[in-house]
Amino acid sequence: MSARTEILDRLRSALHDAPEAPEIPRKYRHSSGMNEEELIELLRDRLLDYKAGVSVVDEASVPAKVAELLKGETSYVVPAGLDERWTALAPGRVVDSPEEPLSVEELDGIDAVVTGCAAAVAETGTIILDGSPGQGRRACSLIPDHHVCLVRAGDIYGVLPEAVRRLDVTHPLTWISGPSATSDIELQRVEGVHGPRRLDVVIIRS
Amino acid sequence: MSSTYLGMPAVPVYGSGNLHTAEPFPVAARRELDNEQLRANLGHATHTIRDKRLRVVAELPDWEELREAGSATKAAVMARLPELLEQFEENFTARGGVIHWARDAAEANEIVRDLIRDAGADEVVKVKSMATQEIGLNEYLEEHGISAFETDLAELIVQLDHDKPSHILVPAIHKNRSQIRDIFLREMPDVDPNLTDTPARLAEAARLHLRRKFLSAKVAISGANFALADTGTLAVVESEGNGRMCLTLPETLITVMGVEKLLPSWTDLEVFMQLLPRSSTGERMNPYTSLWTGVTEGDGPQNVHLVLLDNGRSAALADERGRSALHCIRCSACMNVCPVYERTGGHAYGSTYPGPIGAILSPLLTGITSEENASLPYASSLCGACYDACPVKINIPEILVHLRSEDVQSRRGTKKVPGQMDVAMKAASWMMGSGRRMALVEKALPLGKLAAGPDRKIKKLPGIAAGWTRSRDLPAPPAQSFRDWWAKEHEDTASKEQA
Ligand code: SF4
Repeated sequence: MSARTEILDRLRSALHDAPEAPEIPRKYRHSSGMNEEELIELLRDRLLDYKAGVSVVDEASVPAKVAELLKGETSYVVPAGLDERWTALAPGRVVDSPEEPLSVEELDGIDAVVTGCAAAVAETGTIILDGSPGQGRRACSLIPDHHVCLVRAGDIYGVLPEAVRRLDVTHPLTWISGPSATSDIELQRVEGVHGPRRLDVVIIRS
Repeated sequence: MSSTYLGMPAVPVYGSGNLHTAEPFPVAARRELDNEQLRANLGHATHTIRDKRLRVVAELPDWEELREAGSATKAAVMARLPELLEQFEENFTARGGVIHWARDAAEANEIVRDLIRDAGADEVVKVKSMATQEIGLNEYLEEHGISAFETDLAELIVQLDHDKPSHILVPAIHKNRSQIRDIFLREMPDVDPNLTDTPARLAEAARLHLRRKFLSAKVAISGANFALADTGTLAVVESEGNGRMCLTLPETLITVMGVEKLLPSWTDLEVFMQLLPRSSTGERMNPYTSLWTGVTEGDGPQNVHLVLLDNGRSAALADERGRSALHCIRCSACMNVCPVYERTGGHAYGSTYPGPIGAILSPLLTGITSEENASLPYASSLCGACYDACPVKINIPEILVHLRSEDVQSRRGTKKVPGQMDVAMKAASWMMGSGRRMALVEKALPLGKLAAGPDRKIKKLPGIAAGWTRSRDLPAPPAQSFRDWWAKEHEDTASKEQA
């Protein structure tokens, strides 16, 4: 008998008493009812708590803000599809596209990465990337040590269920809540281990 | 597809691997209790995480509603497990993933070894995974000439020191910073000889040590926190980014996961990703969560495998009073509130799964007749703190009591000389089995009062119960039993009514 058949048989006979699957009560919050300013404030507060950098700007100030954040970095990668105007003032841009992907070694030689995002969750301080144009493949937002992430205020949701219901989970998803961190040594939190050690989030007011 | 099986009920097939204690819990616990550093570190860790957890849990007005949803979802998963596994398999396979089924630890290890060989690799990077610890994968691979590198900082420390994890969330909590520095200096060939013991410097050393491995690894091995049946998606929850490295950069990804980790649908994750980080690290959200569904062209591993592991889970599922132990999402909240765990640490439980959940899960997976694991359900004072802390509301005390009685039952008719606990349990059931006998025993209560000192505390109980009185004083039994009090009150009321 194959392992598959045997395991499924074992599990079926384990349910000898035919237990009923209960109804799932979903009385938890499905939305926060917050307005844009409240959402921005909450997201900002949460991200600062994780030791991420946060700026809130109007669309017109994005290029200057991005250039300011990238000051000191010699090069940065942007995934194909990111609005070119956003990085227009920052020198050192390298583009990663499905047609011409950078190698892991090339990415390792690049200082920073600038991406957009699919959604953000204010209550948990979470940014979600789904690999769509402007967000890129996962290696891009992982290997460079400094991640600048642009978040449109309209993509911020109050609580997790709101965001989850708007995402396509068959895309590879990366949920990011602050820079990489560890508390493994005497429970003292240290920001920056293997993922980007610096995370700057730029929130764009609509 | 019905989940009701019409065949003959089979004999449960138990699990193997790192699920057994090498010695009975009381023996291991006694030794671990002498380790003062372990106790100090653990006390500090459990209290710190506990306080953080309480703060972030209190922030959510709907915490109880989330727990209710989580608990019901897991009960539904267990009731529908065979059907959900088939649904998951169909979706995962349709998107380019390959599923392997493993009856036990040995079979899982072989499958993983062969997949690594097929990929032409002789080393792998690993993300922290309890399932691979349970099956003893690292040791097995080493015997077969394959090096497995743990990449989670704490796991790396434990591995470099040839030690075992002592806590499921912070596995190296029994080591302090200067010990960690010494381990790094001794075991990392490329380490800076001037390494100091500040946590930031130690984390930096780990980053440098593993960086080249991540960038050049051909094969990675992971566990999974959740699997979504309706889409065929897997999820890994982590903090350091070592998970993202492993899940993204190598060409081949092999995930090992127990069959119980399924959730019916994608939207269920909205519940569990609120419950898990807050219960586990006491954070609103962990730094990184990765979700992948089979293979994505041009992004991440192109050979994606999943080993679905039984190893005693079907046996645990067969126990209708114990099966909810399979609801566990491995957050470690129950450990952090457990007075027994806090003093003995994780090593005393022997198995990969320590603490209150380990005390029920290990014997359920191996069978209560496993001589050493049979002592685990007694490793608790039944205070109930674990039940209150558990995000999916597993009634651990109830299962402990159930397993204790299973243990006593299983010894009946065997030639084994009954242990002290058996005698105590038998005496208790005989005594409580009859109101008249109970009344007689209660008559003896004032004697217990005499055994207590003038401060009304009993300092020392004989035999097996001595374990309890060693760490705390028992209040003396009341001078009057409840039964006596009730009878008297009743009489009084009755006579008042007559008047
Ligand atoms: S039993 Fe509950 S509290 Fe303990 S680790 Fe599992 S989910 Fe967490």
